Amino acid sequence: MNWTLALPEIVLAVLGMAILMFGVLQKRHNPFHLASMLTVGAFLVAGMLVIAGPEGLGYHGQFTSDPFSRFVQVLVLVASSLTVIASLDYNDHANLRRFEFPVLILFATVGMLVMAGASNLMTLYVGLELQSLSIYVLAAFARDELRSTEAGLKYFVLGSLASGLLLYGISLVYGFSGTMEFDKLAMTLADPTKVSAGLIVGIVFIVAGLAFKVSAVPFHMWTPDVYEGAPTPVTLLMGTAPKVAAMALLVRAMATPFGHLLGQWQQLIVLVSIASMLLGALAAIGQKNIKRLMAYSSIGHMGYVLIGLAAGTPNGIRGVLIYLVTYVFMNAGTFACIIAMRRRGRSLERISDLGGLGKTDPMLAMWLTVFMFSMAGIPPFAGFWGKYFIFTAAVQSGMWALAVIGVLTSVIGAFYYIRIIKVMYFDTAEAAFDPRSASLSTLAAVSGLFTTLFFVFPAPLVGAAEAAAKVLFG
Amino acid sequence: MIAAVAFYVFALILLASAVMVVSARNPVHSVLFLILAFFNAAALFLLAGAEFLAMILVIVYVGAVAVLFLFVVMMLDVNFAELRSGFQRYTPIGLAIGFVLAAELFIVFGGWKIAPDEMSLRFAPTAANVNNTAQLGKLIYTDYIFLFQTAGLVLLVAMIGAIVLTLRDRQTSRHQNIARQIARIPADTLEMVSVRSGAGMTEIGIRRPKVEAAVPEVEHATTDHDHGAH
Repeated sequence: MNWTLALPEIVLAVLGMAILMFGVLQKRHNPFHLASMLTVGAFLVAGMLVIAGPEGLGYHGQFTSDPFSRFVQVLVLVASSLTVIASLDYNDHANLRRFEFPVLILFATVGMLVMAGASNLMTLYVGLELQSLSIYVLAAFARDELRSTEAGLKYFVLGSLASGLLLYGISLVYGFSGTMEFDKLAMTLADPTKVSAGLIVGIVFIVAGLAFKVSAVPFHMWTPDVYEGAPTPVTLLMGTAPKVAAMALLVRAMATPFGHLLGQWQQLIVLVSIASMLLGALAAIGQKNIKRLMAYSSIGHMGYVLIGLAAGTPNGIRGVLIYLVTYVFMNAGTFACIIAMRRRGRSLERISDLGGLGKTDPMLAMWLTVFMFSMAGIPPFAGFWGKYFIFTAAVQSGMWALAVIGVLTSVIGAFYYIRIIKVMYFDTAEAAFDPRSASLSTLAAVSGLFTTLFFVFPAPLVGAAEAAAKVLFG
Repeated sequence: MIAAVAFYVFALILLASAVMVVSARNPVHSVLFLILAFFNAAALFLLAGAEFLAMILVIVYVGAVAVLFLFVVMMLDVNFAELRSGFQRYTPIGLAIGFVLAAELFIVFGGWKIAPDEMSLRFAPTAANVNNTAQLGKLIYTDYIFLFQTAGLVLLVAMIGAIVLTLRDRQTSRHQNIARQIARIPADTLEMVSVRSGAGMTEIGIRRPKVEAAVPEVEHATTDHDHGAH
């Protein structure tokens, strides 16, 4: 048994417990900042281990390490690090300076790394629970605030329901096929006579459970409330890393064990994708709170990502991975700007609060403009390339309708992204925001530069995504 | 024969007590019936030859979980009648949905056929000379060690979460103030008196040692700035 396959997860978990002990024993100074820095360091160590680690299938077929899992794991680690950096400033002002915050993010990340490498339905579930449970707690982290506790409770109750659906689906699949390992499932299901109605129902339940985690449309109800109520760095986290991990899980679960049943799950994914794109585009128009707007925007983005999965080809999966990378950076940058919206120490969330930002803080306004253009899919920003790879893959698989709906909804979506830019540059100026902290400026600048300059050298990323996508169809 | 009789007895009591758990009016009775249900389930496990699971069920569920339930039910003043108030109103819709689901499941399971070559996958092979405790141990700690440890992490997160969300430093808690204890000298509390032999305490005029006015020890960040006051 090759136990070194899971070395990044093991090391990260051990470091997490060490940081926890450090935080508990450190009494004199508030250990929040130091614990956050240590957490970023732990992510760095884990990232290096992921890149340098061996490949293969281990732990009795429960865990795998291949280019796909490594791509997703590195992306998850980057997203979690960005979250921790964004929380430094926010938690200071919101009086949430507690060392458990980065530790919980770290354990959520361990769960996401496990999800990325899951090659057994049980591993999938356990990783998902580790991730979800940490995020339930994080959503309720501002425990003295009604909205935050409500968000945590709502997410917990609905998330448990989704876990129940997922588990029921897994049990059906296990009952009708006799195995939970992805490889053996793929082998068993290659024979069409072994596919029964019960198995298909099981797959539907699994898709439903995972669609909840990526907040795709029939299972999206929790998203706006939880996004709005949770502390903003937690919203950033929910919008990036878990989405990446859950999407990777969905892609791997559909492509590997159920790859031979493409015709069965494809229509399901197409339906969910169209509904998500439409709702994301239409429901966001009337929003006044920028965090709610981002919630609907994330629902729409997940709809686009699902197009790539529905295509069911290596090119589609490549599009999914590239889209997720660009999405993580756009989202992290946008939330860095949202955290910076603060007057006299009070955090602001209304879109109208951005009025006249172009005059009072041109730098912040410029970065936010970049992110909004990118989210709307306007070239040459990164968001355009994500959509480009997705739509070409859909067209190559002959799914014209899906691509056309995608383009139409991105045009509708562009309205509310560009409205934010209009508010910033053409509305009457309000008082300037409080001075930004260096961590937020850096975060916005790094994400902004990535988003702007992605088109200059996309080759390494596209190459890595292509290698990762090929594995699933090997 | 005896095994079959025992099975039906235990199964019937299990079902009856399960119904009582849901329908009993007094929540304490519900918990007690739950314990009875656990014991009967353990007996069924014993009959099936899974002695380890039977013992675990009794130790963990009866010993810990059910007792915890009992504490919760007794300590929290939950109005169960109010919780159950919507029961009548929601029964028809609940029954309708249940019926639809049952019909769908019936259709699904109608297609159940047991393929001969999947039998070997479905049942873990059991060696005759290894008892099931050893086999469970091998499964949990060798084959599924990865899942076992990850599940452990889930529990750790649950523990951290419970502490994060509920632990508060109470303002009135009485912590030990070591500096004050060390600074205390015998003269503060003791008075040395030479007592004439044969005389009572009242005659000397001393009833009890000198007592400081009892000041509750408020020992927190909020009061740090007025240390000079006391």
